[in-house]
Amino acid sequence: MDSPAITANDLSKDFRVGFTLRRKRVLYGLNLEVKRGEIFGYLGPNGAGKTTTIKLLMGLIFPTSGEISLLGGKVGDSQVKSRIGFVPENPYFYDHLTGWEFMQYCGHLLGMDRAARDAQIWKLLDRLGIRDAAHTRLRKYSKGMVQRIGLAQALLNHPELVILDEPMSGLDPIGRKEIRDLILSLKEEGKTVFFSSHILPDAEMICDRVGILVDGRLKEVGVLEEMLEAKIESIEVTVREADLELLARLPLSLSSPPLQRGGKVLLSVPNEESLQETLSCLKEEGVRIVSIVPQRETLEEYFLKEVSSSSE
Amino acid sequence: MKIFAITLNTFKEAVRDKILYTILIFALFMIGGSTLLAALSIGQEAKIIQDLGLSCISLFGTLIAIFLGIGLVHKEIEKRTLYALLSKPLPRDQFILGKYLGLSLVLLTNVCVMGLGLFFLARIYLASWPWHLLLALAFIFLELLVITALATLFSSFTTPTLSAIFTLSIFFIGHLSSDLKLFAARFMGPTSRFLIDLLYYLLPNLRHFHLEASLIHGLALNGIVLFQTICYALSYGIALLLLAMVIFSRRDLK
Repeated sequence: MDSPAITANDLSKDFRVGFTLRRKRVLYGLNLEVKRGEIFGYLGPNGAGKTTTIKLLMGLIFPTSGEISLLGGKVGDSQVKSRIGFVPENPYFYDHLTGWEFMQYCGHLLGMDRAARDAQIWKLLDRLGIRDAAHTRLRKYSKGMVQRIGLAQALLNHPELVILDEPMSGLDPIGRKEIRDLILSLKEEGKTVFFSSHILPDAEMICDRVGILVDGRLKEVGVLEEMLEAKIESIEVTVREADLELLARLPLSLSSPPLQRGGKVLLSVPNEESLQETLSCLKEEGVRIVSIVPQRETLEEYFLKEVSSSSE
Repeated sequence: MKIFAITLNTFKEAVRDKILYTILIFALFMIGGSTLLAALSIGQEAKIIQDLGLSCISLFGTLIAIFLGIGLVHKEIEKRTLYALLSKPLPRDQFILGKYLGLSLVLLTNVCVMGLGLFFLARIYLASWPWHLLLALAFIFLELLVITALATLFSSFTTPTLSAIFTLSIFFIGHLSSDLKLFAARFMGPTSRFLIDLLYYLLPNLRHFHLEASLIHGLALNGIVLFQTICYALSYGIALLLLAMVIFSRRDLK
């Protein structure tokens, strides 16, 4: 069986800060396993330790304690690196190079021969929609184009694992959709994608699993839908042409007062039990039910709750 | 192959930078300007031009070595270009070596351009081609290799400002260390003498690389001393680079 794409065991990182070089812990005993072929969203507010974790995975900084394994090998091992693609946060590449020259440079560092390099570069520039800008200097690239050339260099070696640090940050909605589509297409090709983000709707749309990191501690890991399924906050029942006074007389256990919207009234019940009681009560009175929608906590609300509970 | 790619990119980055051309044009202008000073001397024009020209090449070469060298690694960390590079199968020590070789190539090109200017200028004032200048230029380039290795070492672990201060300090001490040693031997107590001696042997003695006085005035050069100087530059440069590689390989790239 294939080893996991990423395994982190009890991973911690301290930085020395200030004039006295005081130790400050930024990552606390991280245990994480990312399976092959999944899209894993590593979520957390700014300063939670997402970039620190990614730098540890890429061997840019060294752990204070704990171990990491990537694709079954060691961090920093050349064999392992040749199977990984990485885009740093807000990537910035050499101003003096054209897109084509930059990709050639990366191809050289990957040890690719010329024919394979040229073919793969054109393919990727095409796929990412920057073929026309191939011979333009990178200083003239827009932010979205820089992000795309960053992705192109990360995919040059046909990686099995792609690690992206805040890939959607600073992009407009179209740019973000393009990145989301690209991540999904990478999964279809069988690649594992690990990306960090603080833009939750993006993660909500594409992740198989997410990990939530707050203040250097991994709060929860799981399938997003399951995580949020367990957190149904209320159920909204919409009824048509009901008299508010009649509704007020009924023995309904509502979590908030009825709300009239045009010809409809919105009733919010706290759980399934109350829902059954409410439905039978409404049926008896002959009230027409239009819809029943469970109100799940959004990832954003869940996230905010975790952050505020952590700061308390 | 990978080192070569880094070398080429460093070279390309430098030659596409306008600052380099500004320094180069200014240096050529200064070399040309030495003819004005030469006009003030009687019968010594060629010597003045060669002396000033070689000093200019050494000075501007050092400026390029220091100002490009100090940002060599730091700039790549600050702009995060390094993160994408090191995610490729590229060992950190090869990155340092590639950057060093790239900058050395920039300096070689600059010394050649400035040297050619001086070579033809000196020919106007001399009866024959000044071939002796080539040896002087080669030794200036050796000095620049040592200074570049110093700047690379400091750049591997500290900020450009501190790198500039450290490299410039060592550059000045390196030119004055023989005088300091002599001064300490004559006027200082045993502890100060020991410290000055320690510095003298630890820091590079850059005066060895300046042959212009002997060459321009036609004094004899000792072949063994020249060979020793070449060995000294190479071993000192390699030691500095190895140290830079070890430090950089263990460094957290925050």
